[in-house]
Amino acid sequence: MGELAGLTVSEARARLRRGEITAREITEDCLAEIEKAAPLGAFVEVTAEKARAMAEAADARLASEGEDAPSMCGIPVGIKDLFCVEGVRTQAASKILEGFRPPYESTVTAKLWQAGAVMLGKLNMDEFAMGSSNETSYFGPAVNPWRAEGDARPLTPGGSSGGSASAVAARLCLAATGTDTGGSIRQPAAFTGIVGLKPTYGRVSRWGIVAFASSLDQAGPMTRSVRDAAIMLQAMAGEDPKDSTSAPHPVPDFEAMLTGDIRGRRIGIPREYRVEGMPAEIEALWQAGIDMLKDAGAEIVDISLPHTKYALPAYYVIAPAEASSNLARYDGVRYGYRAKLAPGDGIVEMYEKTRAEGFGDEVKRRVMIGTYVLSAGYYDAYYNRARKVRTLIRQDFEQSFASGIDAILTPATPSAAFALGEKGKGDPVEMYLNDIFTVPVNLAGLPGISVPAGRDEKGLPLGLQLIGRPWEEGELMNVALALEERAGFDAAPTPWWKG
Amino acid sequence: MSIDRETARKVAHLARIGVAEEALDDLARELSAVLGFVEQLMEVNVEGVEPMVSVTPMTLKKRRDEVTDGGYPDKILANAPLAREGFFVVPKVVE
Repeated sequence: MGELAGLTVSEARARLRRGEITAREITEDCLAEIEKAAPLGAFVEVTAEKARAMAEAADARLASEGEDAPSMCGIPVGIKDLFCVEGVRTQAASKILEGFRPPYESTVTAKLWQAGAVMLGKLNMDEFAMGSSNETSYFGPAVNPWRAEGDARPLTPGGSSGGSASAVAARLCLAATGTDTGGSIRQPAAFTGIVGLKPTYGRVSRWGIVAFASSLDQAGPMTRSVRDAAIMLQAMAGEDPKDSTSAPHPVPDFEAMLTGDIRGRRIGIPREYRVEGMPAEIEALWQAGIDMLKDAGAEIVDISLPHTKYALPAYYVIAPAEASSNLARYDGVRYGYRAKLAPGDGIVEMYEKTRAEGFGDEVKRRVMIGTYVLSAGYYDAYYNRARKVRTLIRQDFEQSFASGIDAILTPATPSAAFALGEKGKGDPVEMYLNDIFTVPVNLAGLPGISVPAGRDEKGLPLGLQLIGRPWEEGELMNVALALEERAGFDAAPTPWWKG
Repeated sequence: MSIDRETARKVAHLARIGVAEEALDDLARELSAVLGFVEQLMEVNVEGVEPMVSVTPMTLKKRRDEVTDGGYPDKILANAPLAREGFFVVPKVVE
């Protein structure tokens, strides 16, 4: 039991083609593993009947199309609760979307189903993707399948795609979708020892994904290998007439670009990422990554990204500003939750009560920050200034790439996974600092990938981040593959949740 | 910039989020903490820098202004907390 659920996408693809296993068998194994994993809180909805029907259809397709069937055909996946799936409860882990069943399908999930992937269910996340620990979820936090040695305290799987990370790391599904606005794919991937890719802004359609900050949001794959990320991104990417910001660029064959040969590539090491108080083991991991890429024949170059320090403050103006606008639609009229009204209450009371009861504290805080920085008298001082700083941050990266840098290596997170309840209680900024290495990539619209590269002294996984040139996810994943091969991270968490 | 109780009340109302009287001080403190953090932006020399409009250098696509979808009011109303005779229902708006 659990053997099939523990396959990578590429292993399952090969065995499905050879007729050694069926999609139905993998799906049943995943469903059994999910049932045993309630303590992880990774799934918020299991769509078992839908999964079985989709698996049968995939088996029929594999039988008739054979080698020509798409790579994702018959692969069971989990879907972050941010993606609209027709007829399936979609709440963005918020009370305000209570009971919402979209009458339409997001482009990403539609593409995955067209490629024959099997839907297992919806995955837990921070409410509206606002958080770095999964603790803002209305459903309660997902839990990291990893525990520190000799310590049974539940750890965060990271956020906001924490359920996705937990499910993939615990071998409940072969892969999952995530979304990344400031690090929400890469940080949880690093905390759980899996691979997480945020594509270039515009590579993947945002249509049908509940919006947080539209100029930053991008969906991507969360998998147990770099090859799997390439396979899954292939199925998710591409221009979409329904998303005017999706790019008209052709989607290359990402997997074919994975040669592992990175001789002569120039890898930048940004000095500004050596932040004050960085734990020694993160520093050591970073150095180990540098040595691995050197070993692969890459040239290591010290670079400067001078505005790095201002990325988080710019993000915490721009993202809340966009969120305050995007979340204005939750008014208790068209879908989701409406507060009980008192006699005499008018429409303003309906809005204010509905939003007070429907949104969690962090979401309210960000909507109000956004409202403030967009309000008359502060728009120029905060919002316009942040957008100018964003231009400078993008220029920093452009100058590096123009000087011949092919990819940039940094730590993915400033620490390993922390305990649930440990951070951000008194001061929201403490939690925000988690995304210090990932946020600049969203502000610059670049592709970034987190690769599991080692473990800390307590045995917890640590990740390294690679940042690539725009539209060069294939090249980026090739560097990631060279890193993955040398890091040789093959540890899996002990399944304590099966108790 | 620090936010006082009255500003917190005003922002909450602009955002149409009800906040209890006794929660206003905590809210003001939390909002001030975030604004204190973003205050660092004031150190940056942004003279002559264009504010970013689009992160990828692209012009937004246009299409003909015509109806390409729709015609299913039942689906649209299916998720409404309150609907009647093909309409969303809200509390009385005008006297």
